Amino acid sequence: MTDDRTGGDAAFVEFDHVQKSYDGETLVVKDLNLSVARGEFLTMLGPSGSGKTTCLMMLAGFETATHGDIRLGGRPINNIPPHKRGIGMVFQNYALFPHMTVAENLAFPLEVRKIGKSLRDAKVKRALDMVQMGEFGGRRPAQLSGGQQQRIALARALVFEPELVLMDEPLGALDKQLREHMQFEITRLAHNLGITTVYVTHDQTEALTMSDNIAVFDDGRIQQLAPPAKLYEEPENSFVAQFIGENNTLLGMVKEIKGDVAVVELDDGELIDCKPINVSKPGERTRVSIRPERVEFNKSRLQAGAHTLKAEVLEFIYMGDIFRTRLRVAGNDEFVVKTRNAPDQVRLTPGQQIEIGWLPQDCRALDA
Amino acid sequence: MSDITEAGPMRAADGTPLKKSLARALRRQKLRALALIAPLLIFILVTFIAPIADMLFRSVENQIVRDTLPRTVAALKDWDAASGEVPGEPVFAGLAVDFQIAAELKNHTKLGSRLNYENPGISSLFRKTGRGAEDIGKTFMDRFVDVNEAWKKSGTWATLFGDDKWLADQAAWAAAKDKDAKEPPFKLREGVADVLPVTASTYRTFARAAQQDGRKSPVDTKPWPVLFTALGQDLANASPESLGALGGENGALVQEVATAVQGFETFGYRDAFLDIDKGWGDLDKWETIKAYSPPYTPGYFLNAADLEKGPDGIQARPEQQRIYVTLFIRTMWMSMLITFSCLLLGYPVAWLLANLRSSTANLLMILVLLPFWTSLLVRTSAWKVLLQQQGVINDVLVWLGLIDDANRLIMINNQFGTITAMTHILLPFMILPLYSVMKTIPPSYLRAAKSLGATNWTAFWRVYFPQSVPGIGAGSILVFILSIGYYITPEIVGGTRGVFISNRIAYHISSSLNWGLAAALGTILLALVLLLYYVYDKIVGIDNVKLG
Repeated sequence: MTDDRTGGDAAFVEFDHVQKSYDGETLVVKDLNLSVARGEFLTMLGPSGSGKTTCLMMLAGFETATHGDIRLGGRPINNIPPHKRGIGMVFQNYALFPHMTVAENLAFPLEVRKIGKSLRDAKVKRALDMVQMGEFGGRRPAQLSGGQQQRIALARALVFEPELVLMDEPLGALDKQLREHMQFEITRLAHNLGITTVYVTHDQTEALTMSDNIAVFDDGRIQQLAPPAKLYEEPENSFVAQFIGENNTLLGMVKEIKGDVAVVELDDGELIDCKPINVSKPGERTRVSIRPERVEFNKSRLQAGAHTLKAEVLEFIYMGDIFRTRLRVAGNDEFVVKTRNAPDQVRLTPGQQIEIGWLPQDCRALDA
Repeated sequence: MSDITEAGPMRAADGTPLKKSLARALRRQKLRALALIAPLLIFILVTFIAPIADMLFRSVENQIVRDTLPRTVAALKDWDAASGEVPGEPVFAGLAVDFQIAAELKNHTKLGSRLNYENPGISSLFRKTGRGAEDIGKTFMDRFVDVNEAWKKSGTWATLFGDDKWLADQAAWAAAKDKDAKEPPFKLREGVADVLPVTASTYRTFARAAQQDGRKSPVDTKPWPVLFTALGQDLANASPESLGALGGENGALVQEVATAVQGFETFGYRDAFLDIDKGWGDLDKWETIKAYSPPYTPGYFLNAADLEKGPDGIQARPEQQRIYVTLFIRTMWMSMLITFSCLLLGYPVAWLLANLRSSTANLLMILVLLPFWTSLLVRTSAWKVLLQQQGVINDVLVWLGLIDDANRLIMINNQFGTITAMTHILLPFMILPLYSVMKTIPPSYLRAAKSLGATNWTAFWRVYFPQSVPGIGAGSILVFILSIGYYITPEIVGGTRGVFISNRIAYHISSSLNWGLAAALGTILLALVLLLYYVYDKIVGIDNVKLG
C-alpha cells in the first residue's frame, strides 16, 4: 500500500500495526497502518466483511484491538472507554433515542457533560439550525422522515463539538435523491466546521463524491489509500480497479517491459500496449484494466502508432446522457464502452465490426 | 368532480350514500369474521362467562329464607326489632306451617346453615326444632280425628283439594299399574284456595312431594301433620258463609269440623316453639331472619369486608371475627413483593438473554423455560423440601456452623416461604415479556449513548431502561395478576400467615360450603384487579405494554 494523499498535516488519528481477531483463529483486520490528518475527510470503502466497520468500532472504542496502537492526537486510546474519547458518531440506523424528543436527543451529550441549561439550549438550537431542522425540536424521532432523522443524528454527533466524527454507513437507508443531497450536506458541514471525519461506506459513488481521501479495504487490509481521482484513474491493483467504478478487464501475459510501456499478449494472441503497474518481468500473468469511457473507436482520436483491437458490437443501450455499448473483444463478451450523448456521436448497431483502441497510459497492467 | 362540489354526503357511483354502500360492502366480511370466532365465542360463553356470572350472582342471592319460610317472612313485615319484643302469634303461626313443611322436605337444615353464617347458633336451633315441630301438627291432628275419623284418611284430603278430573286420571293411572306411564300432575280444585288458602298451598306442596317421592300417589300417602295445623289456622279465620261454597260431602265434613274448632282451646304457637327450644325467644335470631328475608342481600359482601348489619345499620364485626380485610391487604402486599422480586431477579436474566449470542441465549432460554415444563406441585413441593426446618438449606447452614442446631431458620409456613416459592414459579412470566421487549432494542442505542459521552450507568438508565419499560409493565401486570389469585403454592408453603385470599375462597367453596361468601370474596378480588388494571392504564398506559 502506498499513501498518495493530498491535504492535511500532522497525523490526528493513527492506526499503528493494528490487528483484530474475534475468534482467535482468523484476523479480521490484518496489520492496519493508517493516519488521518486534522480536518481530513477520510472514507473507508470496501465490500462487507472487509474489516472497515471493525476499524471504525475500534476507533470508537466499542471493540478492542487485539494488537497494535490506536492514537488520537498523539495519545494512545486503546484503554480509554468510549464515553471518554469524545468522538462523535453517526450510526447506520441513526440510533436516535425514541423516548426522547429531538431537542432532548441533542441535549443528551451536553447533559452528560454537565453543561448548564441555558448554554445547552443555545447549543441545541444552533445545532438544529445548522441542519435546517430548527422547527422540529419538540418532535419525536418516529415523527420524522428518514432524511430528517439523518440530519438530527448528524446534529447530535456534532452538538458537543467533537474534533473527530465517525459515520457508519449513515446514508444506507435513504433513497437515491435524498442520499445525494445528504452527501453534499455532510461534506459541506464537515468542511465548514473543520472537523476530522472518518466515514464508512460500501457505496463507491458516495466515497468518490464526498472524500478527501479514500481507503479501499479488502480482506482486512487497505488495498489503496488515495484521493478519489487518483483512485479512479490510477488503481494500483485489480481489486481496486474492479471495485471502483466500471472496468473492462482483459487477461494476458507480459511480453516485454520497456520503461513506461509494457507489451501484453492477450490470450487470443493480440498484442496491446499498457502501463505496467504491478507487473515486473516478462512472462508474468496480468489482468489489463481499461475504463469504459477511455476506450476509443473513432480512429481520428487515437494516437499514432497505438495498438488497436478488432471488436464486434453485441448490444447498444441508450441511457440518456450516455450510450453503453457492449462488445466482444479478445474473447471477452462483457467489454463495455461508454460514450457521451453528443450530437456528432456515432451510434453503433449490433453485429457491426469495429476497431477499438486507447492511450497506453489508460490501459493498466495489474496483478492477475 | 361532481361529488366533491355537491353538498351533502358523498355518494357512490350508483347514487347510494357512500357510507351505506361501504357498510354493505363490509357486512359480508364482518359476518365471516363473526362466523370464524363463533365456535370459540360460544364455547367461552357457555363454559366460562356463564358459570362465572352465575357464581358471582350467588354473592347477592338470598332466595332461601323467602322460599323456605314464606309465611313467616310475610308475617314478619309488621314486626320491628326496635320494639324489643319477640314477634307475635301470627308470625309463630306462619312459622309453624313453614317449619313443618321445611322439616318434611328436609330443607330446614340448609336454611339453618345459611343463617348460621350470619348468626352462629341458628343451625342447632333449626335442627332441634326440626325434630320437634311435628308435635304441633300432631296436636291438631288428634283434635280433628276426634271430631271425625275421616280426617285420618288420605282420600278425604285428596277429594277435598284435588280437581275432579285429576282425581279421575289419578285413579286410572293407579289402576293401570303401568310403570312407564306418567303420573298425572296434581291439580288443585277450583275455588278451594280462596276458602282455605294456607291448607290449599300446603296440600299442593304435599301432593307434589308425594308424587316426586318414589312415584307414590297423594291419594294413598299418609297426610302430613302440618296439614292439620294449616287447616286449623284456615278454619279459625274463615267465615261460615265462605265454607258453604265448598258444598258436597266434603263441604259438610269441613263445616262439621269448623263448628268443632270454635270449641277448641286456643293453641299457643309461640309457647309451643319456646317449649321446643328457648332460642325462639331470642330477639337477635328473629332480627337475623328478618334481615335476611329479602331475596337479595348485601350480607355476603358486608361479611367479606368484615362488616355486618347491626341494629343501627352497618357496623364492623367483632375484632376476633375480622379476617378478610387483613387477607386482602396481605394478598395485595405480598403480590407486590413477589412482582418486585421477580423484576429484580428477572431483569438481568432477560438482558443477558437478549444480548448473548443466539446459541448461548437458546440454552439459557431452556433453563428459563424448564420450570414451565415441570408440574407446579413438584416445584412447590421441592421448595418445601428445601425450606423446612429439617430441610436442605437448614441442614447445610447447620453443617457449616452458620446457625445453631437449636435455632434453625423458619423459612416455610410463613410469608417468606410463600414469597420465595411464588417468585420462583412466576419468574418466567416476568422474564419472557422483558426478553421480547429487550430483543427489539438495538444495541446501537447503548453505543450511541456511550459515544455521546454517557457512562455505562447513564447509558443504561437514560437510554436502555426507558425503552424496556413496556416489558416491565407487561411482566409486572402479568405476575401481579397471576399472584393475586394464586392458590396452590400459598396453600402448601404458606402456613397460616402466608395464605392468600384465594385460599379462603377455596375453603368456603369446598369446606364450609358458604358459596355466597366465596362468591362475594371472588367478586371483590375481581373488582380489585380490574381497578388496578384501570389505575395501571392511567399511569403506565396499556398501549405501552408489549407481550411480544
